[in-house]
Amino acid sequence: MIERAHVLICSGSNCISRGAKSLRDEFEDNLNRLGIRDEIKLVNTGCVGLCEQGPFVIVYPEGVFYAQIKSKDVKSICDEHLYKGRIVEKLVFDEALTPEKEVKAFDEIKFYSKQTRVALRNCGLINPDDIEEYIARDGYRGLGKVLLEMTPSEVIEEMIDSGLRGRGGGGFPTGVKWKFAHNEVNDQKFMICNADEGDPGAFMDRALLEGDPHSILEGLMIGGYAIGANKGYIYVRIEYPTAIEKLKVAIKQAKEFGLIGDNIFGSGFNFDIEIRLGAGAFVCGEETALIASIEGARGMSRNKPPFPAVSGLWGKPTIINNVETLANIPAVIHNGAKWFSRIGTEKSKGTKVFSLGGNIKNAGLVEVPMGTTLREVIYEIGGGIPKNKALKAVQTGGPSGGAIPESLLDLPIEYETLVAAGSMMGSGGMVVIDEDNCMVDICRFYLEFTVEESCGKCTPCREGTKKMLEILNIISSGEGTLEDLAFLEKLAGSVKNSSLCGLGQAAPNPILSMLEHFRDEFEAHVVDKKCPGGVCKPLINLHVLENCIGCTKCAKNCPVDCISGSLKQMHKIDNSVCIKCGICKNVCPVDAIVSI
Amino acid sequence: MNKISMTINGAKVSVPKDYSVMRAAEEMGVIVPRLCFLKGINETSSCRLCVVDVKGMRGLKNSCTLAVQDGMEIETDTDEINAAVVSNLQLLASNHVFECWACEREHNCELLDLMRKYDVENIYGESKNFDKKERLINDSSLSIVLDSGKCILCGRCVTACEKQAGLGILDFNDRGNETYVGPAGFHNMEDSGCIYCGKCIQACPVAAIKEKSEIDQVIDVLKDPTKKVIVSAAPSVRVSLGEEFGSKIGENVEGKMYTSFNKLGFDEIMDTSFTADLTILEEGTEFINRIQNGGKLPLFTSCSPGWVNYIEQYEPEYLDNLSSAKSPQQMAGAVSKHYFAEKLGYNKEDVVFVSIMPCIAKKHEAHRPEMESDGVRDVDYVLTTREYARLLKRKGIDFMNLEDSKAYGNLAKYSGAAVIFGATGGVMEAAVRTVSEILEGKTTPIEYKQARGLAEIKEATLTIAGIDVNIAVVHGGSSIKHFFEIMKKSDKQYHFVEFMACTGGCINGGGQPIHPAIVQDNNDIRSLRAKTLYEMDSSSEKRKSHENQFVMNLYEEWLGEPGSHKAHSLLHTHYKKRDFYN
Amino acid sequence: MKSLDDLKRIRDAAQKKVTMRGKNDGIRILVGMATCGISAGARPVMNKFVEEIASRDLEKVTVTPVGCIGECAIEPIVEVLQGEERTTYCRVDIEAVERIINEHIVGGKVVSDHVIGKYRI
Repeated sequence: MIERAHVLICSGSNCISRGAKSLRDEFEDNLNRLGIRDEIKLVNTGCVGLCEQGPFVIVYPEGVFYAQIKSKDVKSICDEHLYKGRIVEKLVFDEALTPEKEVKAFDEIKFYSKQTRVALRNCGLINPDDIEEYIARDGYRGLGKVLLEMTPSEVIEEMIDSGLRGRGGGGFPTGVKWKFAHNEVNDQKFMICNADEGDPGAFMDRALLEGDPHSILEGLMIGGYAIGANKGYIYVRIEYPTAIEKLKVAIKQAKEFGLIGDNIFGSGFNFDIEIRLGAGAFVCGEETALIASIEGARGMSRNKPPFPAVSGLWGKPTIINNVETLANIPAVIHNGAKWFSRIGTEKSKGTKVFSLGGNIKNAGLVEVPMGTTLREVIYEIGGGIPKNKALKAVQTGGPSGGAIPESLLDLPIEYETLVAAGSMMGSGGMVVIDEDNCMVDICRFYLEFTVEESCGKCTPCREGTKKMLEILNIISSGEGTLEDLAFLEKLAGSVKNSSLCGLGQAAPNPILSMLEHFRDEFEAHVVDKKCPGGVCKPLINLHVLENCIGCTKCAKNCPVDCISGSLKQMHKIDNSVCIKCGICKNVCPVDAIVSI
Repeated sequence: MNKISMTINGAKVSVPKDYSVMRAAEEMGVIVPRLCFLKGINETSSCRLCVVDVKGMRGLKNSCTLAVQDGMEIETDTDEINAAVVSNLQLLASNHVFECWACEREHNCELLDLMRKYDVENIYGESKNFDKKERLINDSSLSIVLDSGKCILCGRCVTACEKQAGLGILDFNDRGNETYVGPAGFHNMEDSGCIYCGKCIQACPVAAIKEKSEIDQVIDVLKDPTKKVIVSAAPSVRVSLGEEFGSKIGENVEGKMYTSFNKLGFDEIMDTSFTADLTILEEGTEFINRIQNGGKLPLFTSCSPGWVNYIEQYEPEYLDNLSSAKSPQQMAGAVSKHYFAEKLGYNKEDVVFVSIMPCIAKKHEAHRPEMESDGVRDVDYVLTTREYARLLKRKGIDFMNLEDSKAYGNLAKYSGAAVIFGATGGVMEAAVRTVSEILEGKTTPIEYKQARGLAEIKEATLTIAGIDVNIAVVHGGSSIKHFFEIMKKSDKQYHFVEFMACTGGCINGGGQPIHPAIVQDNNDIRSLRAKTLYEMDSSSEKRKSHENQFVMNLYEEWLGEPGSHKAHSLLHTHYKKRDFYN
Repeated sequence: MKSLDDLKRIRDAAQKKVTMRGKNDGIRILVGMATCGISAGARPVMNKFVEEIASRDLEKVTVTPVGCIGECAIEPIVEVLQGEERTTYCRVDIEAVERIINEHIVGGKVVSDHVIGKYRI
């Protein structure tokens, strides 16, 4: 009996953390009970991307997209939909239902129809633990093509023509980088996959490793062939145990199929892949520190030049590529450089995966062609900001990036345009910030991260980031002055100019970009001693508005009894006693308490 | 000729293509600030002070390791660069404990020098808004002290220990702004596997690593009317002490040194060169004994306490190869207490022996429990060359303007063979001069140039009285490591090996004057100092240890003969295996 | 894996595992299920369709149960959607399944005696 329906259960880390693990067993039990287990294929698949609305269950062939599924929901899906054919509308993702209650297929949902999934082509569609499903969707055809029909130089030319640029943040043309290593004469070369994804909130690489690990293996080997390497390392951060497991399974299966090892496809090409684990250092995502770590040395960045392509791991020519870059490569080779270069813009070809987060309805992973505007991503795909709040800024590039104000929201997403706006693409983090946030506080958040993660080798980063954080703390506390702002800007400039590696060079970016676009907010902190976003506690003055209904809830909950007022009367806060905890604001049923 | 043409600050210059931008700038007289670069040792570009602007490149680049390219355009003095340099100096100063008036490196501190040049304000250190890092001090060892309050995390000591000592005792601990330098977990130095060669101290641009001071104890004892203080300096001291007062590198200031001893009020002056000759007699005899009576070969010299620390901790199976002779320092102490004291009419308990040394391991050696007889310590205090200079400065003695004087005692007379102890190969050459004459029974050559020079491992085969004697001279911790690897794998029978813990020998010891990195990079300090010692040897009347009449008198009068029972009880010692990280 | 042909063989065999998860734009066979359909015997009909498709290795043909189509008196009801054409069959039994597969799905000709109506959407 061949299966007539496929039920895909999203098993990416985000959905697992929301309880997806038990769903599989629930399906097994219910389908067995109904006697239709053999008709249905159950597949644990990788991250589907709409993480805010997970856990997901997608039923094919209809493409019905069930969202926020709990264990108790499985019974109705089985009884009603799988047995009786009646789609359970109340469990369907709200954007997948038309006003007439018609159910849109998976690829018709605006969240997905506006995306172009190249890197994520298999995520959410295949069982990552089954190599045959990868092969069924054209997996390893790219590798076969390069090994049997192309020379290494031709592969490199194809990559250059495609215009694929590094997706880890550097944006360096992948083909050009490969060419440098290819041109080095050495009997030992290495490929390294940088899976030490460290930007807070970014999980594009994790989703790819968990959902489509073979694409990374294939991309790594295509690169190995192009540069003349026979060994590849995948450096995964140890905080990704599921990704590590999936990679191990994938490598084992690929070896069994003769796709990793000696004489692959009978071409004479040998390649071996080894996994190396990180140990909790963001700096080891920087390529020279990563190399140091694999060598067993302390994870500290090294001077460039020499560049790794010339002298890298153990002094040998080494290419380090990001996970997302590698995931693109099999598709580029299989479909051709022309196909890829038709997606995107002139200087930024292809697509980019973003981890959309912050104050946004559809938080999760999205992949869009380069050139899509920020507005489209946030409002059409992302579903806009909850509670209809105003957008203050979009932060891109994680702790290395900057904030883009609402006025620049129609910027097309490209490497150069984001840099010109004072930010950068980075690895793909995109955080939406609404009006109730403070830019000074957000700067502090990023600097706290950078201070913690600085390796400590060079003076400006080791000492300078801490000083910048301390100055931000002073500004946030209300004790800052305009001179402190000027000094902060100067210090940030020197740290950016003179740091040894990308971590230190980019650490001041949040500060510099926010001073450029949100200077008035900083000045409000030091001149007016106010926090416009209502976040910095010492600067908050809580105030009861006229729509107070006198319910006394605030007064009853105030830990320091600083709210006066009787039942059904206007209440008043004594700011001299108030400790700015914000509890009154949270409990007010009519939003009558604001910070001014 | 492989040269390229480039522009620095608007001026065209042609330099070899293997130059760095920093070196190219130096050639045309432009000195960029630097704190972490130490040529051939530390090239990690972590201080970020040597940054320059390179046309066409984003941001500022460190010039210390940046290779020159044809057509490169460099600016070293823009506003942006100055802002970065000043900012980085301020950041370094922020956690620094400034006690310059009391600091050992006040006169040659590379940080202070730059703070002055750039007129840097200590804005962070002086403000209550910024945290100061916790100060960690590691000072339980007898020889060496680490002080994180002064450390600028340049990493020069880390790579010096890794590359020169071959041991890697020091490394960065923790991460980010919590980073500190020391043994793992800041374990105490005496139990960390350190051999006290002091290459870390010589690499340090500030006073974050230094010797354990004994200056105050010496001042106290000089003031004590009940004590008779005898002072004795090693060969190397006299060709480097002047450098602490601005002399040329390797200048012979022996005469001034003796005068200064008198000025400070030492009661008697001995010379460790005298006991160097004595050591040759003892060790030479030991060697001849082993050759003729099937004793343990090869014989390893044992006068370098850093080397003895190495073999005890890392190659204890070879302890029996060590000569049992004490070092010249220890022999000098023993002779002063058990022979000289009585001659001078002192009670040996009232005699205090102060040794001036180019070495910090000598402090640990002097305080070894076994280095005493009759309840009386051989050596009481050891001052490094640097400490002695500091003492002189504290007492306001204008050293370079002192008149020369001689030491008149019999125990301050030495041969040319003794004075070359300070250079690598010197002990071997001195020993061969004596041993060959004894074995051949006739006058033999004086000079053995095969033992000289800075090659990592020097080997030769000398035919002495018909025997082919295989000698080797090894200097520096990593060379010692390398030599053992070779020796263990080789079939060659070595007979006599000289080991020194410091490359170049004692003249490059851990207690020697320290020069700023730029001076170390551009001068062959070891060769300059060694050269003076070899010149002193050439111009000596007596050039062989056994020709030192006063040493022969000592045997006649007191010890009997080399290797006698008395000699063994006072002038020989024993060693044992040592573990670390207990 | 010694050649591209080896890969192709695995791919072709494995295609069946994943083609269903794409755009559902081939021939869609909808079998009216829900309680009434089940009691009318629609399940064996649906399973027969699945079996036939499998044994003939037909590509791009999916079978899905759907809720009540209406016309309960003439169940089991099967709708065949092909492009813009929708053919509704009624009183479909096992024999009819075979005919629909042979004549309509494979042959391209509607089985007129089981049809309720055929019209363009």
